[in-house]
Amino acid sequence: MTTNILEMRGITKTFPGVKALSDVTLEVARGEVHAICGENGAGKSTLMKVLSGVYPSGSYEGDIVFEDEVVQFSSITDSEAKGIVIIHQELALSPYLSIAENIFLNNEVKARGLIDWNKTNHEAAKLLARVGLSDNPTTKIMNIGVGKQQLVEIAKALSKQVKLLILDEPTAALNDEDSDHLLDLILHLKEQGITSIIISHKLNEIKKVADSVTVIRDGKTIETIAKADVTEDRIIKDMVGRDLEHRYPEHTPDIGEELLRVEDWTAHHPQDPTRVMVDNVNITVNAGEIVGIAGLMGAGRTEFAMSLFGQSYGSRISGRVFKRGKEIRMRSVSEAIDNGVAYATEDRKTYGLNLIEDIKRNISMASLKKLEKFGLVHDNEEYKVANEYRKSMNIKAPNVLVKTGKLSGGNQQKVVLSKWIYSDPDVLILDEPTRGIDVGAKYEIYTIINRLAAAGKGVIVISSELPELLGICDRIYALSEGRITGELPIDEATPESVLKLMTMEKPR
Amino acid sequence: MSDPITPAPTETQAVGGNINPIENKFTDRLSHILSDLGRNGIFIALIVVVVLFAFLTDGILLRPQNISNLIVQNGYILVLAIGMVMVIIAGHIDLSVGSVAAFVGACSGVFAVNWGMPWWLAVILSLAIGAAVGVWQGFWIAFVGIPAFIVTLAGMLIFRGLALVVLGNANIGSFPDEYRALGNGFLSDLFGEFELDPLTLGVGALAIIALVIQQVRTRRGRQKYDQEVEPIIWFVTKLVLISAAIGLFAYALAQYKGIPVTLIILAVLVFIYGIVMNRTVFGRHIYAIGGNRHAAELSGIKTRRVDFWLFVNMGTLAALAGLIFTARLNLAGPKAGDGFELEAISAAFIGGAAVQGGVGTIGGAIIGGLIIGVLNNGMSIMGIGIEWQQAVKGLVLLLAVAFDVYNKRRSGGN
Repeated sequence: MTTNILEMRGITKTFPGVKALSDVTLEVARGEVHAICGENGAGKSTLMKVLSGVYPSGSYEGDIVFEDEVVQFSSITDSEAKGIVIIHQELALSPYLSIAENIFLNNEVKARGLIDWNKTNHEAAKLLARVGLSDNPTTKIMNIGVGKQQLVEIAKALSKQVKLLILDEPTAALNDEDSDHLLDLILHLKEQGITSIIISHKLNEIKKVADSVTVIRDGKTIETIAKADVTEDRIIKDMVGRDLEHRYPEHTPDIGEELLRVEDWTAHHPQDPTRVMVDNVNITVNAGEIVGIAGLMGAGRTEFAMSLFGQSYGSRISGRVFKRGKEIRMRSVSEAIDNGVAYATEDRKTYGLNLIEDIKRNISMASLKKLEKFGLVHDNEEYKVANEYRKSMNIKAPNVLVKTGKLSGGNQQKVVLSKWIYSDPDVLILDEPTRGIDVGAKYEIYTIINRLAAAGKGVIVISSELPELLGICDRIYALSEGRITGELPIDEATPESVLKLMTMEKPR
Repeated sequence: MSDPITPAPTETQAVGGNINPIENKFTDRLSHILSDLGRNGIFIALIVVVVLFAFLTDGILLRPQNISNLIVQNGYILVLAIGMVMVIIAGHIDLSVGSVAAFVGACSGVFAVNWGMPWWLAVILSLAIGAAVGVWQGFWIAFVGIPAFIVTLAGMLIFRGLALVVLGNANIGSFPDEYRALGNGFLSDLFGEFELDPLTLGVGALAIIALVIQQVRTRRGRQKYDQEVEPIIWFVTKLVLISAAIGLFAYALAQYKGIPVTLIILAVLVFIYGIVMNRTVFGRHIYAIGGNRHAAELSGIKTRRVDFWLFVNMGTLAALAGLIFTARLNLAGPKAGDGFELEAISAAFIGGAAVQGGVGTIGGAIIGGLIIGVLNNGMSIMGIGIEWQQAVKGLVLLLAVAFDVYNKRRSGGN
């Protein structure tokens, strides 16, 4: 028996017209945590789909050797039978079923052909304990947070006697606390002998958990680095094929007059109007300024932004908004747009893009009136505009007729930003603008943000990545439990000082 | 553009690895034609069905009288299909159109026959009633937020019931001649009696000229904006084929009674709604809402308002369909409009509309409706019973959508 639990040799996978993987080699040692890094579209997910049988054997070239045996999976069921379980980025849980039902979905605990509910819930509770959850197994999935849902997925994997656990960007949707918990759990599982493959963009978490790192770029293996030799610079260089001297582009603020002032902004939960979600928020944004809003998940960041943006969230909203000193009203999204305010959502796929429509129509979506001539949309002009954005924003697509659903996360985000920039706003609220985006594209997004500021716009950046805010902002507000707990100019902001404000609780 | 943003310095690879461009004029042209055929698959399906039934019916299908009948017999379904595909693109459905057509037909009978109103007043009032029905359903769907399926299922029962109430257990007929022309009239004989109606041929020729001018202008416009256009050979071939089809169609109509009034109504509707869906802000909003309602809302689109007007529009078109049907039968009866909703929905889906919304075209729905029409007509000529006709139509719907799903999956869509 070799020390490797898994070897993938010479994997080549071709889609019509595209070589997604070419001669990829991956070796994972038994009992280690192996990280796979690569930009979006590099081929990481394709490789994992080959491994887990989503792409059945025969549809690719090369060999998969699992536990010293060449395996050929024709479906996920086959790979799971061998103990390979993949947890996808988008969680595959049914929101209306209970935790226990989800854990044993398609693997039900039966007695005489019928489901044994007592045993189901009992076993589920045991599995939950192993992942550090104490919730009742009969709780519905929709009633627990994303962080816990991720743990339920792992519990589900454990129920299948997992030997090799594959996690596809497990912390993408989690806040720092939940992320830490998850990473600790991965290390804990390692002690129990479970090998993990973790796909991640986050270099700090890779450094924390991974024993070795394989970097993939353009469908090829670049190198595998042992833990001792892992440095962020080396990984980044491998990923993007060049040095990234600075993670954040140079930005010299040129701050002008006050653009937007929000006074005493309060919003309540849409279903439960007694719950205060945004509590008396006061902020200002100046022309040419990049203002950060830091807050843990659930602090009310998105709730604040969306309630401000045409009252898209919440009930019983109160407060006043001034633009250049004059009070404005934004009771609907179109009023907000007319007032020169734009909001790019944190959830591109659900709230930002029409994925079945092309780049062109997504960019024009919020500004069709500008393209109207004699009551008709000037479609050639629309094409031209979209094409200009494709070039200036460096959207990687052969033309603007490509459906946005086929773009990578970074390029999708550029389409969303193009849409809002084309609406010609004075103030842009960017909610998690770099979530789920690889390092290279992040840099591009930061550059765009800088240029917006340089053009005299006010930019509000909401982010759960503290280094990002510290890297690009001129001033940072901290939000906790719906309240602004402090405001720091960038030269006074340190990770510690901001974090302290972010976690400041309401006096009770 | 307010602020030119120059590209960030990066040389990373294109999405999804290396795309393998085969630089070859011939394959380029071929791939263009193939993708075009894929997009026009529904059109080809119509041709196949026509050729098949022309063969099976020994050519009766393509006789001038039958071609004319095909249009007149299916006119009301096609009118409904136009409104239906718009509703479906926005992600809704309307089950009530058959009942609404019956209800409005009954009302028009009371107006034009029982009360002896002038025909035009009866028509206008009837359309207004259709719009009012749309306001009613649109209100519940758009502003109260009840799913369209439920609201229009209720409407299906409500308006069928109201139709019976209005009719008072009796058929209403017969209608004034001008009213009947909506369903039975022909435009011809303006220049006297001829073997071949000159007006019809003239209109056909005009249609071809208009089409060619419009296509060439679109192509020129695209070229002016440096957009990719299809190869000139393919462009010309397509234009010639379509022109020939229009010419033959006009020739067939000219041999019979001329242009049916129903066809004129349809042509006007297709022209107007084609522009609405492709070129107006309202049309774009419908596609945006169907593609992603949340994103549309957060882009400032007033989704409720769009939903509301969609159903007002549908109600009005259902009324028009009811008028055409009543005019054709010269009778407003309790069974009118029975099953129309299903044929209209089938037409939209056969024509490529997506169940989840966001996808579909007016042209597709019309062709889908024509396919159903040819199936009905062809099988009737062959003497196939109504029971088998139903079964075959159901199968065609299923296969058409299955083909569409397969096609999308192959091309790597979602």
